Amino acid sequence: MSRNIAAFLLVCIGVVMFLAIAELPLYGSPDTPVQNYVAERYIDGALSDTGALNMVASIVIDYRAYDTLIETTVLFTSIIAVFLVLKKGIN
Amino acid sequence: MSPQIIDFLNIIFLGFLVVIAIAVSYVRDLLYAAILLGAYSVTMALIWLLMSAPDLAITEAAAGIGMTTLMIAVISKTGREEE
Amino acid sequence: MSDFVLKRVVALLLPFVQMFGLYVIFHGHLSPGGSFSGGIIVGLGMIAFSLVFGLEKGSEKLTERTTTLIESFGTLWYGAMGLVGVLRGSSFLMNKGSGVPLGEPGKLYSGGLILLITLGVGLKVASTMVTLFNALMEEED
Repeated sequence: MSRNIAAFLLVCIGVVMFLAIAELPLYGSPDTPVQNYVAERYIDGALSDTGALNMVASIVIDYRAYDTLIETTVLFTSIIAVFLVLKKGIN
Repeated sequence: MSPQIIDFLNIIFLGFLVVIAIAVSYVRDLLYAAILLGAYSVTMALIWLLMSAPDLAITEAAAGIGMTTLMIAVISKTGREEE
Repeated sequence: MSDFVLKRVVALLLPFVQMFGLYVIFHGHLSPGGSFSGGIIVGLGMIAFSLVFGLEKGSEKLTERTTTLIESFGTLWYGAMGLVGVLRGSSFLMNKGSGVPLGEPGKLYSGGLILLITLGVGLKVASTMVTLFNALMEEED
């Protein structure tokens, strides 16, 4: 009985997910909501703004530097959590 | 590469992902699960490369294949396998 | 794991692995890659050493005190690089607007603070991976 209920729920979730995927724009199509003036601004100005050839690096470490700063802090926090849980002789 | 070849490779790789994801749920030994996860990461890195995202591909290759597999292999040595 | 062939092969391979990791870190602003992937490669080299040669030898080469120092220093280094912008009379984490010399695009020194930040974060990620591995291995026995 519970197997049938689980299978029914899974099928329902799958149908909803496929409906959502059918609504997505085609991969790489130029007239999606993502391709707005922000992307143009970055593509035009990344080299003259940062001087880095790799545009991903210039976005991750220059335009979105706060993101990476907090990401580094997340790594630091995870190490503290691992030390608290696993390290011997700390309690 | 022509778009037809890229579509063909995408279909093969995505089908391989589904097969691996189903296979992981049938494996009892954690070490085999770790190796299957490494195969999943290899396929995922190739898909990123096909989508012209080499940054993500190199990160997936380093983190997914190397680090995740190693961590799960280390955990599996502690004897927490499923009976 | 005390196989002779394994030890010799890892000893021959390790310098190249570490060199490739450092290459990925240093060329993060020129080619694909960057701090996180390069740091993980460097950390994987160190982990391979302590997997093959034993955990004691591995922690002799890279003591726990060193990894903890690098760990804390990486985050602080990022914050200090952000303060450069504040000291030059601009906003926090400002790169070009704070008057840092950008260098010629395509050369190793280009991109202003990007190279310095990538170096710090890469070393921090490497030591994070080594610390995680050591903690998990110590918990085993």
